[in-house]
Amino acid sequence: MDKQRAQWGTRAGFIFAAVGSAIGLGNIWRFPSVAYENGGGAFFLPYLFALLTAGIPLLIMEFTIGQKYRSSAPLSYFKIRKGAEWLGWWQVIVSFIIATYYAVILAWSLSYAYFSLNTRWGDDTEGYLFSSFLKVLPGENAGQIGSIVPSVFFPLLIVWVLTLAILFAGVKKGIERANRVFIPLLVIMFGIIVIRAITLDNATAGLQAFFEPDWSQLTNGKVWVAAYSQIFFSLSIAFGIMITYASYLPKKTDITNNAFITGFANSGFELLAGIGVFATLGFMAGQLGVGVNEVVSGGIGLAFVVFPQIINEIPTWPGLFGFLFFASLFLAGMTSLISIAEVFISGFQEKFGISRRKSVAFGAGAAAVISILYATQGGLYIFDTVDRFINQYGVALAGLVEIIFIAWIARELSALQNHANSMSDIRLGVWWKICLGLITPIVLGFMMIQTFTADLQSNYEGYPTSLIMTAGWGLSIAAILIGVLFTRFKWKGIDSSIPESTNHKGVAK
Amino acid sequence: MTGSAITMMVIGMVIIWGGLVASIANAVLKSKKNRA
Repeated sequence: MDKQRAQWGTRAGFIFAAVGSAIGLGNIWRFPSVAYENGGGAFFLPYLFALLTAGIPLLIMEFTIGQKYRSSAPLSYFKIRKGAEWLGWWQVIVSFIIATYYAVILAWSLSYAYFSLNTRWGDDTEGYLFSSFLKVLPGENAGQIGSIVPSVFFPLLIVWVLTLAILFAGVKKGIERANRVFIPLLVIMFGIIVIRAITLDNATAGLQAFFEPDWSQLTNGKVWVAAYSQIFFSLSIAFGIMITYASYLPKKTDITNNAFITGFANSGFELLAGIGVFATLGFMAGQLGVGVNEVVSGGIGLAFVVFPQIINEIPTWPGLFGFLFFASLFLAGMTSLISIAEVFISGFQEKFGISRRKSVAFGAGAAAVISILYATQGGLYIFDTVDRFINQYGVALAGLVEIIFIAWIARELSALQNHANSMSDIRLGVWWKICLGLITPIVLGFMMIQTFTADLQSNYEGYPTSLIMTAGWGLSIAAILIGVLFTRFKWKGIDSSIPESTNHKGVAK
Repeated sequence: MTGSAITMMVIGMVIIWGGLVASIANAVLKSKKNRA
């Protein structure tokens, strides 16, 4: 079966795909506001520290697991230790859930790229988003579904048709080819946005706000946790994505350098996004005659409320600026959605011994059908709750369990280190084991306790308890239980033994 | 922009984009060496 395993056409193809997975919506709408709120220029210190002590070491670990065991996440964990298969399925289910709502944001971006051409949102951008476009139910009806919103449903259909078409084409002809086009296009388009943004009036005020260091923040523990969270959530770690993508690498490849390129490319794009976003916010603050601090926001509010307001004010070719911004969001999200879907496609294919086409049709098809839930009038509340809980108690918690399992239970770090060193230019030393065995679990554990305590004290965003219990806690627990349930099925038509090419120390022969 | 803001901008660019360029250069050089 290993001989038939799909493989990337080139090393660059793998890097483009890994970078495409890491660069997502969060790079554009999360990083700039997180950096600003946590010390501005001073935030780079904890951010770079987190990149080097957690981000890149974790990437190396997941790349090595995937390349060594040449299997999906569940089968890789199964090969490490039979009892750990559930962990892989947990990550598969988490990826499946994320794919269902992530696609909807791409649908919004697609629509807004089109709306930009004639700034359809008018002057009341907030009212347009929530009332005219999403037709959101009033807050007191949060938790209800309402009817399907056609303006979201049809673009969602386009997103899924495109995603399925790429996934049907396979790893080399579909995912690799798409990323080879999408990533350079994304960088070019966002580069144009940045050049336009820094030439706008008052752009330097925005850059000043973004880069001005507040050194006193470095003694604040929350700033360091924010840096680790940003790195962790930004790099597509603990989804099973990087294990799956690395499983398509050839038997000889430079694992460590691939991880460095992926980590730095992701951070490089975040820095570019920070410059573009804050230069634009500086322009807006100047137009309104207020401080930059009064216009800073992040997430959906930044992309779909604040940016349309800014686009309204752009003096020349506002439509083109808006189109490039939302098309960039779409491309950044599209490459991530493909990678998220590949996790469960690969897992289902190996578990049930079915063809790739069947796995795409059933796996991504099911995700597409479920995603219609988020194209309803109540979809925004469900999306917000699911996103918050599945990220904290799906991705982050699974990441913590993964690192504890690899470092402390299976004691696999030495074997993985030997495997990576046997084929990489940059050799991993004891620093790598310290980062993964001590620093990362401590910081992740602290993050989890902090979030868990806050979530027990009050309902997230003040949403109704019924919504929090079902779409929040309920779904997060269900992801684990379904993961365990999957281990009850036997692997069909797959060699689930440890690859012959490795000895007990994990060194390639 | 103040001097401290410009300094942080330059440091960020040099380390992050410099790190990316160095990693890519290393990969390219290694691949050329392997081919030779």
